Amino acid sequence: MTQTVDPPGATSGLTDAELAAVRGDFPLLGRTLRDGRPLVYLDSGATSQKPDVVLDAERDFYTQRNAAVHRGAHQLAEEATDAFEGAREQVARFVGVASDEIVWTSNATAAINLVAYAMSNATAGRGGAAARRFVLGPGDEIVVTEAEHHANLVPWQELAARTGATLRWLGLHDDGRIRTDDLATVVGDRTRVLAFGHASNVTGAIAPVAELVARAREVGALTVLDACQSVPHLRVDLTALGVDFAAFSGHKMLGPTGVGALYGRRELLEALPPVMTGGSMVEVVTMESTTFAPPPQKFEAGTQMVAQAVGMGVAASYLEELGMDAVAAHEHVLAQALLDAVASVPHVRVLGPTEAVDRLATVAFVVDGVHAHDVGQVLDDAGVAVRVGHHCAQPLHRRFGITATARASASVYTTVDEIEVFREALSGVRAFFGLTADGGDGR
Amino acid sequence: MSATAMEQLYQQVILDHAKDPYGHGLVPPHEHGERVGESHQVNTTCGDELTLRVEVAQDATGQDVLRSVSWEGQGCSISRASVSVLSELVTDIPVADAERLGETFRELMRSRGVPLDEAAQDALGDATAFTGVGKFPARIKCALLGWAALRDAIVKAGVHEGVAQHDTEHEEDA
Repeated sequence: MTQTVDPPGATSGLTDAELAAVRGDFPLLGRTLRDGRPLVYLDSGATSQKPDVVLDAERDFYTQRNAAVHRGAHQLAEEATDAFEGAREQVARFVGVASDEIVWTSNATAAINLVAYAMSNATAGRGGAAARRFVLGPGDEIVVTEAEHHANLVPWQELAARTGATLRWLGLHDDGRIRTDDLATVVGDRTRVLAFGHASNVTGAIAPVAELVARAREVGALTVLDACQSVPHLRVDLTALGVDFAAFSGHKMLGPTGVGALYGRRELLEALPPVMTGGSMVEVVTMESTTFAPPPQKFEAGTQMVAQAVGMGVAASYLEELGMDAVAAHEHVLAQALLDAVASVPHVRVLGPTEAVDRLATVAFVVDGVHAHDVGQVLDDAGVAVRVGHHCAQPLHRRFGITATARASASVYTTVDEIEVFREALSGVRAFFGLTADGGDGR
Repeated sequence: MSATAMEQLYQQVILDHAKDPYGHGLVPPHEHGERVGESHQVNTTCGDELTLRVEVAQDATGQDVLRSVSWEGQGCSISRASVSVLSELVTDIPVADAERLGETFRELMRSRGVPLDEAAQDALGDATAFTGVGKFPARIKCALLGWAALRDAIVKAGVHEGVAQHDTEHEEDA
């Protein structure tokens, strides 16, 4: 099983020297904030910082290789194409798939929408007989979970609305984990798609991928994995996980913004009709009709985000060189430290699993009597950057009867010392708003 | 951010209003046929929701007056305090004056923390406590939520007079 965090001791994680070297790779981490305060960046779940090698790769592309890819017989065009396709290989290898199974998208949201709109197109008759497996209609069901980021919920709501299919979902346990006790009834013969997040961007909980995939296969449903939160933090082998499609973004895995990837099993990408059409994705075009290029080009209409793709490829290689087992082991320590930190402060409640088992170093919490926005403001005053709000997961928050949480999320460059700064700042939040540590919350 | 900036943001007036807000709890409309307008606003950053209700009646001179302003919803201390202060400020004043106050408050939010002139400060009263919010672009929306609801509720109450409404949406979203 590749989806779980290694238990402590399984690997050594990062030594202090290694961690210091990693931090030295990220120029932004060295900057200070107002009044010269050091930055404590605990918002990597929203977007990660970028190492020099990624920034250099983008600049190097523009200064040395920039040309249109997949066309032109000149040397620059060849080098640009090599860089672009080389990046695809790097990303594909990183997640354990073949490079022609990786489609560049502008981000993970675009990747999920690509699948949903391609299914719409299949439903509208595009893609011929091969695409019939993607046709949806009344009586068909799409299943998601209550933990989903809006990016893995709204596209399916919309697909259901366009096709007449029904959207259903798996609920959550009180600790935020996906309920599978009713899996056999929610995912059944009518289920055509099961879409779920590998790891929640709010609770940090890692989904029971094997169980969900097994059930989907039993009933012949396609699986779509939102792997945005897992790919930067765990060793993820999409082939071993056995999912049909997966989406992840560059900017959360130390890469640039503006680029993401869709993984699709080769035979599925071949059968799936395109969504964006135009240049670069065709074979033969006449005034009447067009034949399409094979995947992944079939899904990459127009000029692509070449420099960003190159950056994402380098980000994947950077993580690979650190070793994802070491990254996961380090982040396991961070998860424990974050959970200890919030547990040590009275009147702080965690939204998600409170043990560092099968979870990321992503901890959402509420401070009794203080709105998340106000919590974030006090932490910001200590130089601690956290996310506040619903984190694009309103149904998950509604499930727990709250509107907004604060969320601290770590990455490979985060240190335990930073989490101590966070803990100290958090311990002063209620006092700042005139609430006592041991009781009365005034609201 | 210095402690001073935090103190400027969270002035005691704001903390007090947030803790014990004015106008909290929707007031059922009176039975004299007053015009009632209600607005529902969502702060898209955090999902906080606010419902604000106004009741408009004509006074002896035929002028439209805000007979009551009440609200319910959840929010951060800045948004709760802001809607509390505005409820206190605009209850029982002419609609046109309330709309002018709203314009002044929006101007304050655009001032990046620089106090407005004395006349404006006098008009705003307790609402001048929000001057420091202008330094925190992420919190301006919180402070404006109630005022956006007020403007909308007045329109929904069917009042068409008042000062010209400026398009300030892009600043509000800053």
